[in-house]
Amino acid sequence: MTLSKGTRIVVGMSGGVDSSVAAALLQDQGYEVTGVMLRLWSDPGTLNRCCAPDALVEARRVAGQLEIPFYTMDAQDAFYQAVVQPFINGYAKGITPNPCLQCNRMIRWQFLLSRAQALGAEIIATGHYAKIQQSADGVYQLLMNPDPEKDQSYFLHILTQENLSRTVFPLADYSKKEVRQLARDYSLPVAERPDSQDLCFVGQGDYRNFLKQTDPSLFKPGPIRDTEGNIKGKHTGLAAYTIGQRKGLGISGVEPYYVVEKDIQENTLVIGYKNFPGRDVFFTEQNNWISGTTPETPFKAGVKIRYKSRVVPATITPLPDNQAKINLSSRLPDITPGQAAVFYQDQICLGGGIIRLEES
Amino acid sequence: MSTIYLDYAATTPVDERVVAAMQPYFLNTFGNPSSLHRFGQQAEFALEESRRILAENLGASPLEIIFTSCGSESDNLALRGTAFARREKVGANHILISPIEHPAIQATADQLAAVYGFEVSYLPVDQFGFVDVKTLKNYLREDTALVSVMAANNEIGTLNPIHDIGEICKENDIPFHTDAVQYAAHLNIDVSKTQVDLISLGAHKFYGPKGVGALYVRTGTELIPVLTGGSQEYGLRAATENVPLIVGMAKAFQLVREEGQTRLDHLLPLRDKIINFVLSEIPASQLTGGQHQSRLPNHASFVFEGADGNLLVQVLDAAGFACSSGSACKTGDPKPSSVLTHLGFPPEWALGSLRVTLGKDTSEKEIDQFLAILPESVQRARKANK
Repeated sequence: MTLSKGTRIVVGMSGGVDSSVAAALLQDQGYEVTGVMLRLWSDPGTLNRCCAPDALVEARRVAGQLEIPFYTMDAQDAFYQAVVQPFINGYAKGITPNPCLQCNRMIRWQFLLSRAQALGAEIIATGHYAKIQQSADGVYQLLMNPDPEKDQSYFLHILTQENLSRTVFPLADYSKKEVRQLARDYSLPVAERPDSQDLCFVGQGDYRNFLKQTDPSLFKPGPIRDTEGNIKGKHTGLAAYTIGQRKGLGISGVEPYYVVEKDIQENTLVIGYKNFPGRDVFFTEQNNWISGTTPETPFKAGVKIRYKSRVVPATITPLPDNQAKINLSSRLPDITPGQAAVFYQDQICLGGGIIRLEES
Repeated sequence: MSTIYLDYAATTPVDERVVAAMQPYFLNTFGNPSSLHRFGQQAEFALEESRRILAENLGASPLEIIFTSCGSESDNLALRGTAFARREKVGANHILISPIEHPAIQATADQLAAVYGFEVSYLPVDQFGFVDVKTLKNYLREDTALVSVMAANNEIGTLNPIHDIGEICKENDIPFHTDAVQYAAHLNIDVSKTQVDLISLGAHKFYGPKGVGALYVRTGTELIPVLTGGSQEYGLRAATENVPLIVGMAKAFQLVREEGQTRLDHLLPLRDKIINFVLSEIPASQLTGGQHQSRLPNHASFVFEGADGNLLVQVLDAAGFACSSGSACKTGDPKPSSVLTHLGFPPEWALGSLRVTLGKDTSEKEIDQFLAILPESVQRARKANK
């Protein structure tokens, strides 16, 4: 996509180093930049870390220094409906939802794009570490950032052609180290601000306290059994556990136990040893194909089952209703329903879907 | 970014003549008015001249003018000062205000209630924001410390019948305060004809500098000071007087009196042009506050059903026009204005508020440009909100 100089671009700003540098880079490239900070919902009595008062002050300082207009917009209701409620519902269903995916889809894109349009901007930008390019036939592609520690394409696999055609990622090829250096070069006051954490809306404690206060019925104690079927102890409620978790089980074995399954029907937590073989077949639903076209035949691709996991070779078989069957080349112990499986061919992110263990 | 300013109720630029009047008091006549020497005497002369000018233009005596740092401080001094003095003197324990006061009154009354045990009650207002004079008497009590009703509302422009309210308070021997910060920027108050005991003024609403205000205190109205220390301002407000800003305020206030009619003649048709256009051209729109003669001459305020008022202000800013949604809100908090809610507007209307306020130098061409983009901007603020 080539944009002419002076194009109005709305940058989603968080007061952090990434979005601040994104704004500065775009301004340097001659675009008419407007900063927008979205006010997101947070657990009552706590501050959402994405838009706490100090973050707001920082974003305003950056905007003031760059001499760009800066607006705060309220997205609390939309965020609650699109992100927080599904998060709670997900735990009630026994899965481990990934709220960042919904936030990107509904808030950082749909909501921000509609507001940007009202401000007369067709294009938005964010400080994400990923790259957009157009192939020869005009199709937009999403690519990994070369810095494997920072690549955020996993969280962006939900973007559509329409989204990508209206988005720029100024940090596309930069590493975090380079971005911090750019922030210093631009004398931005946020150069040394620490990276933000995920789960911005649950305050200081962890998500378990938030869920406990929101819906105590999620914490119904039940048995813990091992993969052989032996009862090993009691759990405090399935919502307090996630697959792959080791800490907090309170059960000793010949070696450490890990959570390998949450059986919501039986309200039972299943644990196993590290060498638990896991599985090599699972399914995805709510698939998004970034190209806009659902593949018709099985194909080989790399799969990432978590943000921080490595890419594993697999065969992807598309199924009706935006679903797919994934056959991994080797078993993985921590395939977690509710998280996303994201598909890659080399650096190109093809899309992905939400993990479920059985075919629907 | 905005290039045309239509938010004069928020603040105004300082008049060049005011800047010129202040100039000598920064570098040359910089003395402390309390000092005995020549430097001090010159500064004191400027201070007292300013007090005389302000008094003259209110029909008051210079002994009745206290300079403060802003309208909000004047409100604080009026409310706290009178409440405490009347409690001490006559055991007063009750404060009567309107429900659509500026936060400087509302929050001060809240604190007097929460921390000092005063009882606060509210006068009823109608859908336009007018206090009902006929029933006022029923709300006055033996232990009422004071009544405070703003002369002109900042959000909706409504002018209240302060003359009549003052008469009733006088008959009942209860001090009457009015926040005239918006009102006095346009309209005349003569305390020899209107029974007001305390009046708050702020200079930056009438082309004076920010950081200076005044409180008129009718002789015989007792106050306990809020800022204690030196004996400046008749012992009612300790602090070295900010001479340049006070000189600027007096000059700006004098200009309001001298040019008041010219400004009114300029503003009224422009204001009415906006109101008539909006009500006839933009569907699901309503004027908020008083009509015609009973609203500020530079003030047009609306609600648009189903629009996001904050977004509308941002859309207008991006299109080059600086307006307000009524009360300043930069944090993106979507609470509807308490004033509009109190007047009975449901949230889907109250959240879509817009305030357009004009200045003496606003041109008809600017208004035409503004009206040319307003319907589309409202449309955008409605669409994005869906």
